Amino acid sequence: MSSNSSSQSPVKTTGLHIGDAAPGVAKVDPIIIADNVTRTFGGLKAVDVEHVEIPRGAITALIGPNGAGKTTLFNLLTGFDKPDTGTWTFDGTRLNGIPAFRVARMGQVRTFQLTKALGLLTVLENMKLGAQKQTGENVFSSLLKPLWRKQEVEIEERAMEILARFKLDTKKDDFAASLSGGQRKLLEMARALMSSPKLVMLDEPMAGVNPALTQSLLDHILNLKTEGMSVLFVEHDMHMVRHIADWVIVMAEGRIVAEGDPETVMQDAAVIDAYLGSHQDVDLGVVTGRISGEKTAEVEDLLAEIDAEVGLTDSSAYIADTPTDDTAKEEDTK
Amino acid sequence: MDWEAILSNTASWLISPETIAYALAALGLAVHFGYGGLLNFGMAGFMALGAYGYAISILTFGLPWWAGILVGCLASVVFAFILGIPTLRLRADYLAIVTIAAAEIVRLLFTTQVFDAVTNSADGLGNYHEGFRAANPFPEGTYGFGPWTYNANGWWVRIFGIGLLIIAALLVWLLMRSPWGRVLKGIREDEDAVRALGKNVFAYKMQALIIGGIFGALGGVVFALPSAVVPSVYVTSLTFFIWTILLLGGAATVFGPILGAVIFWVIMGFLSNVLPAMASSGLLPFMSTTQAATLRFIFVGLALMLIVIFRPQGILGNKKELTFVKQ
Amino acid sequence: MSSPHSVPAPRRARTILLFFALLFGALILQSASAAPAQADEVGTEYDFYFAGNVKYDSEPLEDVNITVEGNGYKADVDTDAEGKWKIGVPEKGTYTVTLDEETLPEGVIVAEGSASVESEIALTNSKIVNYFLGEGVRETTSFFDQFVERTVNGLNFGLLLALAAVGASLVFGTTGLSNFAHGEMVTFGAVMALMFTNLQLPLWAALPAAVVMSGVFGYVLDTGLWRPLRRKGIGIVQVMIVSIGLSLLIRYVYLYFIGGGTYQLPGAGEAGINLFGSVTLSITDMISMATSAVVLLAMAWWLVRTRTGKATRAISDNPSLAAASGIDVDRVVRIVWILAGALAGLAGILWAYFRPGIKWDMGTQILLLVFGAIVLGGLGTAFGALLGSLIVGLLVELSTLWIPSDIKYVGALVVLIGVLLVKPQGLLGRKERIG
Ligand SMILES: Nc1ncnc2c1ncn2[C@@H]1O[C@H](COP(=O)(O)OP(=O)(O)OP(=O)(O)O)[C@@H](O)[C@H]1O
Ligand SMILES: [Mg+2]
Repeated sequence: MSSNSSSQSPVKTTGLHIGDAAPGVAKVDPIIIADNVTRTFGGLKAVDVEHVEIPRGAITALIGPNGAGKTTLFNLLTGFDKPDTGTWTFDGTRLNGIPAFRVARMGQVRTFQLTKALGLLTVLENMKLGAQKQTGENVFSSLLKPLWRKQEVEIEERAMEILARFKLDTKKDDFAASLSGGQRKLLEMARALMSSPKLVMLDEPMAGVNPALTQSLLDHILNLKTEGMSVLFVEHDMHMVRHIADWVIVMAEGRIVAEGDPETVMQDAAVIDAYLGSHQDVDLGVVTGRISGEKTAEVEDLLAEIDAEVGLTDSSAYIADTPTDDTAKEEDTK
Repeated sequence: MDWEAILSNTASWLISPETIAYALAALGLAVHFGYGGLLNFGMAGFMALGAYGYAISILTFGLPWWAGILVGCLASVVFAFILGIPTLRLRADYLAIVTIAAAEIVRLLFTTQVFDAVTNSADGLGNYHEGFRAANPFPEGTYGFGPWTYNANGWWVRIFGIGLLIIAALLVWLLMRSPWGRVLKGIREDEDAVRALGKNVFAYKMQALIIGGIFGALGGVVFALPSAVVPSVYVTSLTFFIWTILLLGGAATVFGPILGAVIFWVIMGFLSNVLPAMASSGLLPFMSTTQAATLRFIFVGLALMLIVIFRPQGILGNKKELTFVKQ
Repeated sequence: MSSPHSVPAPRRARTILLFFALLFGALILQSASAAPAQADEVGTEYDFYFAGNVKYDSEPLEDVNITVEGNGYKADVDTDAEGKWKIGVPEKGTYTVTLDEETLPEGVIVAEGSASVESEIALTNSKIVNYFLGEGVRETTSFFDQFVERTVNGLNFGLLLALAAVGASLVFGTTGLSNFAHGEMVTFGAVMALMFTNLQLPLWAALPAAVVMSGVFGYVLDTGLWRPLRRKGIGIVQVMIVSIGLSLLIRYVYLYFIGGGTYQLPGAGEAGINLFGSVTLSITDMISMATSAVVLLAMAWWLVRTRTGKATRAISDNPSLAAASGIDVDRVVRIVWILAGALAGLAGILWAYFRPGIKWDMGTQILLLVFGAIVLGGLGTAFGALLGSLIVGLLVELSTLWIPSDIKYVGALVVLIGVLLVKPQGLLGRKERIG
């Protein structure tokens, strides 16, 4: 089932939208329709989407600068977070207030920006966990192996098939914790496929994957489309987006600022303005700060204050600058 | 020092009701923490509910002994729901704090004068043995060999307890090799990932909490069977001893909790005999016999720290399968 | 404690050993003199005793509670079926013998004299105390007076709880550790105060010395245990369980040295000054509240104004970022541990006066209230912990207006669970990020 598309340019799906490509444009066959979705953290409006439609049977890229609200939008659409306002439907079903696991069961699976491999389960167990409607997952029938043995064998076959495609089959008995970062990304994606989803949502699938693997990852994503799934993915690397996306949605400061096919969106003034700035030639994948924490406004203020007082950011200088009688002073306050 | 008596006393702890009771509770904790990653620090509460459920249904409501056991288990199921509904959706450390608080609530409610008529407050309950002893299939008399010589009632309690323990261990083994167990272990690793795969994480955690809680309650029942129910037993220290046992044996194993309980009680039994004996024969200067007896609890604390730091997988755990890789 | 980070490792280890050796040496000295004082038969090991017989209309009254208090000693007992009671005391002197009128049957009161009498064992080894009971209605304090008194008590308790909770919360914020041994750090202050007063140090020296020792204790724990564990990169749950082991260890070390009895610090349980109505407040209570308030204000100032304080908050907010911005996380954490130790120790001393009494396992009681306060305020925010403590303190004391005092902690713990239901991130906390 492996694809040879690495050598040639992938076939783009076109004619997805109705009317002019503008933020919130209607699609011919949308799989997700969201209206008026907002989410605020404290005073910060992380997501503020008036209207957006995700096309079916195509690969849609969601791009935007760091902190644009892409992950937050993912969380909202998949039920991992609750919006302040808004409604959205998946495949015609309203999803408001539906818990995340139900959303996943409907065929809308996601991966996470910070990979969530289940470290102390083997690669194969990770895969099997992805399968839906398992008899043996019921607490009572789990006690009687004959009830689920046959299904387990089928699931294992499917898992091995997908693992082979992702070239992870030799690692099936290793703990997921022993995989490399890139392999974990692959595993997470493979695991998501075990549920035969309708829509796959990938949050930065390429982040941390070595260049040798990116090509095969791209092929996997393209394969999903060939198999009839829809894909929505977040990516900072513009080359990749240009290469595989059929449609691009651009977010900035929580809003959707542009939509269109890759070539035209890259030329869009709003995009260049909001996102690319003057660094259009820089590979943005490099610029992305993939540190674990997010700077909140409060931390920044505190750090600024500290910096202002110390006048230094160098750590060794900071220690030297710190009088040891500080400790004694603290004791005095008793 | 009378070594023969010391060794014989020590050996008798191998199958003492306390050992069996702690093993059951530790097995419950293995389901909670070892497999499910649930930080339950309220095991003493589950045990208290089992013991009191048993004693009160017999003494106050005149139920037969087996119904008393069922009531004890039922009480722990209700307790699991009360604990689980508010906290299972929250962070792991909230569950820790809520469970330990809830167990204390349970203990205080059994201790208070308010319900004295039913609970006999701080003095606890006794004299509920009739029904259970009447059901004893073993012949009258005292028999056995060496340190394991008991009367008919002694054997009945032990065999009954061991039977419960075997059933519990079998259940855990069946559950954990099944897809259900796989989901539970997945939740231990990262519940959001499991949620994203379409599993009802909350329901699984609740089921695990209930199953482990029932084992805890059964432990409480076995603890109560031969003697009495006293509220001061069900303090947080009891919970922590169960944790020590679990981590000693191996958290994510079926036999670890049982092995842990046996080792724990045999060593405790040994020390409780040998330390005071050493103190009174002058081998431990500057120490009264009471102090010498206290010493073993100090060792428990120390042992718990050392196990967790240096061998977190316990005796039976797989070196690679550290339960604690998560930061 | 000058420039602790420059002490080379072996020397530091030796310092720690020396510290503990001295500590336990001192404890051994006094464990000889202080024998455990609690048994079923109260105080039978002593040579001197108070005794009496409680009768009404020539009928003996059972289960009437009698308390003997004085000379740093306190014990109580219930009368037996014959109405008899006996309480042993360690030394001759004047004691307050109190009959708890609440435990008398309905309609019976102490008719002549007071329910609380001063009585002296001077020449003989024993003293008989009898009460004249009669028919009558107990004079009860008005609800308003009770309410005011409980509120004041609640504030007092809440403030001292806040001392412990703020420390624990700072530790949680900077290291992520839910420290189950924090209760034992509270007990430590009380035990040190007991030790120093037993060594005949005057109170004004003994109590500050105990607080300083508690700070040193915090430092020792960080240097000897927590920092090496952080270095080892041990997981958060694992460290939490280590703290449980430590809590067991320390708790039983206390039992080893001071035994199972309850001990009083000098000046504990002194009579209150009547403020108005039936509202009384003792000097100790006033000093205690003032101390807590001043120290908490100082803490707040430290957190908001000083560089280290700000760094502490920055680390609580985002450790990796703070470290990346050049904050010496290890140093800040060390200071936090010292502060947490000193604050907990102070809380322990004040609590020993509030309860009153020092007991080896008193820490387990307060630990849950500390956790409750922290969760209530939102994990890891110091000001949340302060607010949470005041609420818990008031709740515990005010709830006794309606529920029996032996389940007064239940109310606070139930509220804790309730708050989690409604507002899982606590009153001042914020939500976590997913994905
Ligand atoms: N749980 C939270 N609490 C507070 N603020 C949050 C939370 N989650 C997200 N934010 C804020 O919302 C904004 C959007 O964050 P989000 O993670 O959605 O950005 P993103 O587009 O995925 O960025 P990146 O490309 O860096 O992954 C950011 O400013 C972030 O700090
Ligand atoms: Mg993101």
